[in-house]
Amino acid sequence: MRLTGLALSVGVLAVTVAASLAVGSQAIPLPELWRQLWHPDGGESAAVLHELRLPRTLLGLCVGVALGLAGALMQALTRNPLADPGLLGVNAGASLSVVCAILFLGAHDVTAWVWFSMAGALAAAVTVHLLGSHHPTRLVLAGAAVSASLLAAVNGVLALDSGAFDQWRFWDVGALAGRPLDVVAQVAPFVLVGSVLALSLARGLDAIALGDQAGRALGASLGRTRLLGGLAVALLCGAATAAAGPIGFVGLMAPHAVRAFTGPGHRRLLAHSALLAPAVLLGADVLGRVVARPAELESGVVTAFVGAPVFIYLLRRRRVIAP
Amino acid sequence: MRTLRVSGVAVRVHVRACVVVACLTAAAAGLGLLALSTGTAVSPAGALRTLLGRGDAASELVVYAFRAPRTLLALLVGAALGTGGAVVQSLSRNPLGSPDVIGVNAGAAAGAVLMLLVVGGASTTAVSLASLACGLGSGLLVYALSFRHGVQGARLVLVGVGVTAMLNALISYLLTRAELDDAQGAKVWLIGSLAGAGWDRVWPVALAVAAALPAALATSRAAALMEMGDAAAGALGVRVERLRLTLLLTAVGLSGVAVSCAGPISFVALAAPQLARRLTRAPGPGAAASAAMGALLLVAADLLAQRLPTPGQLPVGVLTAGVGGLYLAWLLHREWRPSRWAGRG
Repeated sequence: MRLTGLALSVGVLAVTVAASLAVGSQAIPLPELWRQLWHPDGGESAAVLHELRLPRTLLGLCVGVALGLAGALMQALTRNPLADPGLLGVNAGASLSVVCAILFLGAHDVTAWVWFSMAGALAAAVTVHLLGSHHPTRLVLAGAAVSASLLAAVNGVLALDSGAFDQWRFWDVGALAGRPLDVVAQVAPFVLVGSVLALSLARGLDAIALGDQAGRALGASLGRTRLLGGLAVALLCGAATAAAGPIGFVGLMAPHAVRAFTGPGHRRLLAHSALLAPAVLLGADVLGRVVARPAELESGVVTAFVGAPVFIYLLRRRRVIAP
Repeated sequence: MRTLRVSGVAVRVHVRACVVVACLTAAAAGLGLLALSTGTAVSPAGALRTLLGRGDAASELVVYAFRAPRTLLALLVGAALGTGGAVVQSLSRNPLGSPDVIGVNAGAAAGAVLMLLVVGGASTTAVSLASLACGLGSGLLVYALSFRHGVQGARLVLVGVGVTAMLNALISYLLTRAELDDAQGAKVWLIGSLAGAGWDRVWPVALAVAAALPAALATSRAAALMEMGDAAAGALGVRVERLRLTLLLTAVGLSGVAVSCAGPISFVALAAPQLARRLTRAPGPGAAASAAMGALLLVAADLLAQRLPTPGQLPVGVLTAGVGGLYLAWLLHREWRPSRWAGRG
């Protein structure tokens, strides 16, 4: 039963990956797709596949895995169903450092922004952790406080400088398109380390879910789990935001949707979140290419517009299971 | 908690909470006076003379037509946001609960942005009305969508998050498709600003506060009981579902009107109840203390926004988040002992 479920998740992900490679303003039939993937003949569809679709599919996989795991981790660490991966201040930190890089250092392309936004995300996450690591409620409040202050700084800069605002608004909407393969190579190591760390914490997270006292009585080291969990969230979410901009909602929604059929155990929850969150993101990206043809809708917009109704439908059908 | 008895009538009074409310109100009023009397055109002494009814015509114009509406708007919007935040936090039993979470702010913002960017060339009144209508609409939509055999607190909040995410995505999308100048103007509205406020923006908020603050105060005790859980509150005689609808309507009305008049000023609704709760150390949301704290935060931030030496005048929403965020971070840092946090929410 469990293996069937896992196989089903893998199957869904594989279908969306194939769709993401094949569908677009120039559709590529599957047999040709397979051939061009391994033996590019230098034609037009080979160029489309290798220069446009492959980078954005790999990026979608990377970002989706990161957001799904970070969301599940964050909800477990704070025991708060509202916890969003951005809550540790990660998105706000990344935003502020991207805006500063545009404004003061004249950095104008995605590959340069990646390192700034990683650094900003990590710095914000460390601050939040120092302020609030003792208690879930404090962590949530500290994250909200730090995010608000950082976003205030971003807004202040953007209100005064229209040039920076012009570049920022296209980063802020959240998109997978237009990122070269270098960006994937830059962020993939962080996502890999973060994912391994997240999956290794499953047992500790189960103990945290029981409450601090019960968890401690069961012999779990809460401080260690919180520290490593926070580090994993910062790595995963920092990398995802750096590469694609702040894509909201996937990290919040995927664990809730997954919890409805896995139950609250974290080993299965994390595994399924890591498989289904990229499927959601890539599906949204494909949909964004189809609905507005020949133009495109950014995947950040589509995830919210498709994800939210599905999410609300799930909430109405089932009893809400808090993490 | 003390019990006061006056000729057969007994009232239970939380002494510390009353003192805190009095101090916060006094501080907000003092800063309001300061805001009225600072500026370049009229000196503080001249402004005071005008307030006492002995000023000349020019300073009367400056004080009554420009400074008074802006200051009153800051105080009233702050109070409305603080109360709305307190109500939603006890409604959702979640320290992150604020009217942003149940969709009101995002709805109001989307309404205004649609008016500014899609319709174009709309008057300030039209923008306010559109944002009011969309804010109230999305708040009620969230309630309707989460209603199924009664409303579960957690479901209400999660449905609100879903609706908010959609509306925010719509706003981001509209911002990327608009001309740069229009988008920049919409962004300033989205940060929240009190600049250029006239009396026409003060009256709606004043009416909303006058109507909803008594309701929030009257339900304060029952709301504190509801924070213990629906079952416990029901056993203690609270009609949970009816109370929840009352609280939701109060919060939606207060913050819908506040946002339509001043833009979605961030963080006051989230921070004011948390700060007030820490100062009063009272159980329950403390609508009065939250209102006073909200008013104080916003009037202080607006004073700063006017006086800071920046190239243009900063929108006040930048400073509320800056001031409120840093203050909350400092409070969290000071309360470092884990034991004091056991059971707090």
